[in-house]
Amino acid sequence: MNSISKKAAIVGVGISDFSKDSGKTELRMTCECIRAALDDAGLVPPDVDGIVKHTDDATDEHSVTSSMGMGNLTYFGECRWGGAACGMVLRAAIGVTTAAANYVVIYRAVNGASKRRMGTSSRNMSQLDTGDLLQWTYHAPFGLESEAGRVAMIVRRYMHEYDIKNDQFGWVTTVCREHGARNPNGIFYKKPIKIKDYLESKMLVDPIRHMDIYEETDSAVALVVTTAEKAGKLKQKPVYILGATQSQVAETEERKGFYRPDISGLPEMGHMAERLFAMAGVRPKDIAAAQLDDSYAPLVPMQLEALGFCKRGKGAAFCDKGDRIRIGGDLPLNTSGGSLGEGYIYGMNHIAEAVRQVRGTSTAQVKDANLVLVATGAGGPASGLILGGSR
Amino acid sequence: MSIQYDMEHPIPTPPMIGENIGFWEGIKGHQLVFQRCKECGTWVHPPRPTCPKCRSFEKEWAPSTGKGTVYSWVTYRESPSPAFKAPYSVVLVEMEEGVRLVSNMFDIKPEEIHIGMPVEVVFDDIAEGLTLPKFRKVG
Repeated sequence: MNSISKKAAIVGVGISDFSKDSGKTELRMTCECIRAALDDAGLVPPDVDGIVKHTDDATDEHSVTSSMGMGNLTYFGECRWGGAACGMVLRAAIGVTTAAANYVVIYRAVNGASKRRMGTSSRNMSQLDTGDLLQWTYHAPFGLESEAGRVAMIVRRYMHEYDIKNDQFGWVTTVCREHGARNPNGIFYKKPIKIKDYLESKMLVDPIRHMDIYEETDSAVALVVTTAEKAGKLKQKPVYILGATQSQVAETEERKGFYRPDISGLPEMGHMAERLFAMAGVRPKDIAAAQLDDSYAPLVPMQLEALGFCKRGKGAAFCDKGDRIRIGGDLPLNTSGGSLGEGYIYGMNHIAEAVRQVRGTSTAQVKDANLVLVATGAGGPASGLILGGSR
Repeated sequence: MSIQYDMEHPIPTPPMIGENIGFWEGIKGHQLVFQRCKECGTWVHPPRPTCPKCRSFEKEWAPSTGKGTVYSWVTYRESPSPAFKAPYSVVLVEMEEGVRLVSNMFDIKPEEIHIGMPVEVVFDDIAEGLTLPKFRKVG
């Protein structure tokens, strides 16, 4: 198989701080992060000949090239859905390994907290996507209007099938906040919580609490991808892409797939894991740390099961007391704090942290973190990466 | 009632377009119908152009028994929309035909809802041009 595995690497990372009001345009944040990522790699803007952006980002790639003095794009395109982050890296890797481009930049920049956004969603009903149509036709009229509510519907069924109490999800948030408290760049630096804080926190949509949900921030991340050969000649220790895949399966919907036989098992993640581990030629027990989709805390134990880190129904027990998932445990999770403890930029910060772990530069460094897994898009279109320090 | 409306604010009305028209025409006439494949008899919801099992384009609107059980449920403690007064519950019902439907319960407190609870359909004429299929506990 002519796979991209081990043929491409992440060579540069640029990350903004995580705040409630950046005071900047998303275009400016994008440009700052791209410059930081190129500096990190030892490259300059004219070296960039490929850009992969996200459909929901209001910052177009030509605004970026005009601002940054790039004039030689031969490869560009978009990825979609909330779980796209790792898929964007896959797209970049495809670009460089097929010689469609030499150096591909990917970015996301979203003023999610201050709402200093370009563009608005003003589509009328006749222009709805089929997925939106499902939401407006069969969910919204009954008050199932928020993503938190739709995730709660899946989580309730998961709790029922495996006799799990929602208090058990508190360890995910607690550990993410512990890790985030060590990260000076994150929104919750020096602000850890105890399990007691979680247990006393309010329900938003039962069984989901406010403290189960990602922290909305203004933030941006840019990454630079090139071939493994070129990576060896750049400034940083190359972080090789050993596995990268996206996943959709029968009746995938973005966190509203209530109509398939199994709604509590994250089938996309299971499908993704099979391919990801085969591609990288490693097993779950080889992974030193994982950066999972923690946009909603209960999705973390479900991912541990679907990705093969524990048996079905045992994810909450795996997270219990936090000892196995914090630094020093069997599988430290979301070591920058993730969406619950660092801030929310759709999993891009999870990839940035995976790169830091492999480089050995995390603020919550795992010993010998030579293999790190990233998963994005739990409960919908998913994507994943296995990154490594050697090929 | 497990859901109460603030009629000062618009309740999202299902758009009558595409594959969904037959379902909502049925509801308007107080009949719960689902798409059924004419070739292999598979019940399909939400509606789509083809049968996901045998890929046939031949389908019909067939009446449901209206009976099912609660498959999952949530209770909003804070409302995401001014039209709905919190607390309110949303249920996912698994029908006898095997398809599932998101809906609300009638005449029940949120704490009485549980997975596996037998329910049957009732029709709620909420406003001019807006009828929704809801459920009440049976037995």
